[in-house]
Amino acid sequence: MTAGGKPAYTPTEMMTVVASRALKNSDVCFVGIGAPSAACNLARLTHAPGITLIYESGTIATKPNVLPLSIGDGELCETALTTVPVPEMFRYWLQGGRISVGFLGGAQIDRFANLNTTSIGPYDKPKVRLPGGGGAPEIATSCGEVFIIMAQGKRSFVDKLDFVTSLGHGSGPGDRERLGVKTKGPTRVITDLAVMEPDPATKELTVVSMHPGVTREQVADSTGWPVKFAGKVADTAPPDAQELEVLRDLHARTKAAMRPRE
Amino acid sequence: MAQILSLAQAVEAVVQDGDVTAFEGFTHLIPFAAGHETIRQGRKDLTLVRMTPDLIYDQLIGVGAAKKMVFSWGGNPGVGSLHRFRDAYEKGWPRPLEIEEHSHAAMANAYEAGAAGLPFAAFRGYRGAELPRVNPTIKSVTCPYTGEVLATVPAIRLDSAIIHAQKADRAGNVLLDGIVGVQKEAVLAAKRSLATVEEIVDDLGPRSLNACVLPHWTVTAIAAVPGGAHPSYTQGYYKRDNAYYEAWDEIARDRDSFKAWIAANVMDKGPEAFARYAAKRRPA
Repeated sequence: MTAGGKPAYTPTEMMTVVASRALKNSDVCFVGIGAPSAACNLARLTHAPGITLIYESGTIATKPNVLPLSIGDGELCETALTTVPVPEMFRYWLQGGRISVGFLGGAQIDRFANLNTTSIGPYDKPKVRLPGGGGAPEIATSCGEVFIIMAQGKRSFVDKLDFVTSLGHGSGPGDRERLGVKTKGPTRVITDLAVMEPDPATKELTVVSMHPGVTREQVADSTGWPVKFAGKVADTAPPDAQELEVLRDLHARTKAAMRPRE
Repeated sequence: MAQILSLAQAVEAVVQDGDVTAFEGFTHLIPFAAGHETIRQGRKDLTLVRMTPDLIYDQLIGVGAAKKMVFSWGGNPGVGSLHRFRDAYEKGWPRPLEIEEHSHAAMANAYEAGAAGLPFAAFRGYRGAELPRVNPTIKSVTCPYTGEVLATVPAIRLDSAIIHAQKADRAGNVLLDGIVGVQKEAVLAAKRSLATVEEIVDDLGPRSLNACVLPHWTVTAIAAVPGGAHPSYTQGYYKRDNAYYEAWDEIARDRDSFKAWIAANVMDKGPEAFARYAAKRRPA
């Protein structure tokens, strides 16, 4: 939607809204902090009120009123159905195969949706040492499927990862199966420009939908490999008024709660 | 039988130079006051173990108390990098820091194996991930029943474990409530342990029949430090100080501003400095 030629929403809002639409009311979703958390809670506050959101701190079916800064904020525990110890979270719930969707972000992604959140530059001599994998290596293989949300650019959508923190489709078809992984892996990558999905035959990420006003050149210029487009590329529906209002309210409540209390 | 001590006495008794030690807490109940006391007492050559090392490890590393960190996610949650950790690992300041890196699932399993007295943990993990290439402690085992190949990591065994909790009774039984992380496992995997608590009470009071309680004979020392988890939080007492986590980013970026901050807020202060957070944040 445009008002006087100027989009009435930001690319980040567009990305968050599209990501939220990927979730279903029946999903049990393992939520990463940051962009995934905003998208998952937007889904819960709009079209998926019954969704089960799980954070790795052990909070199951949590309904935070504000977005947490960390995966273990008190808000998550206070609004959860139950809170389990962290070893139980990873053993019974994640490894046990009880989570339908894992929602991840990363610093780098490659054409097979492998992710790097560990190191820019060599592991032993990093240019930038990132926080590391946390739950991601097992989220990527134990959840039924994985959605990825990342702003798109040549520094993040790279030809070759500096480090493979978590598995996507490896180096192509059959890699997950060869590694004994039975889950689907990344099925959708949502960016601020487009939506990509792995090609059914090659497993290479392919643009299936572009956001309003975005051109193919823009997508190609923001991707570190020669990006492919699906035979038919859809137009992403812009955020509707309700999606934008709920998302902005959520951010406003979060900002108000962040104010120092001193 | 847990001894109830002052914080200074408790850290003196529990944390020793060269220890493999964990100041655990998964966002919640992070033992900041005990970490500061450890800095004041000048402990050195520590191997710091923790799933989610955050600001207290950044502080311990920044003063040069650590030679190694074992971890699975080392950042300032929702804010960014741990600048003191990065400076030590990338540039060797104030001393080189060795790392041993895992995934969360691996560390949670390794803590549980430590608590269970097992030599290692087996789990379905690290498939297609690159950490096994750079961390030689990650190996595998073939299941004797199904033939499935599982990842293994050695059990975490600690010289000392330090946690923060809501309360202890006078016998030294410790109650944790809310997000309990891996603290029970850490204490049970350790030779010595210290629990700082918001308050010491005659009776732990009404609680769930399944409440997380560490019996007094599993804990070495207890110290009452109201507010002792700040800027982390204690469920039911005070909230996480998110603004402090954001402010830390600027303080820790620069070596001099970090040193000035430690001098003013750790070296020149004592555990009583934490009481203001407990008093201010307690719900009416």
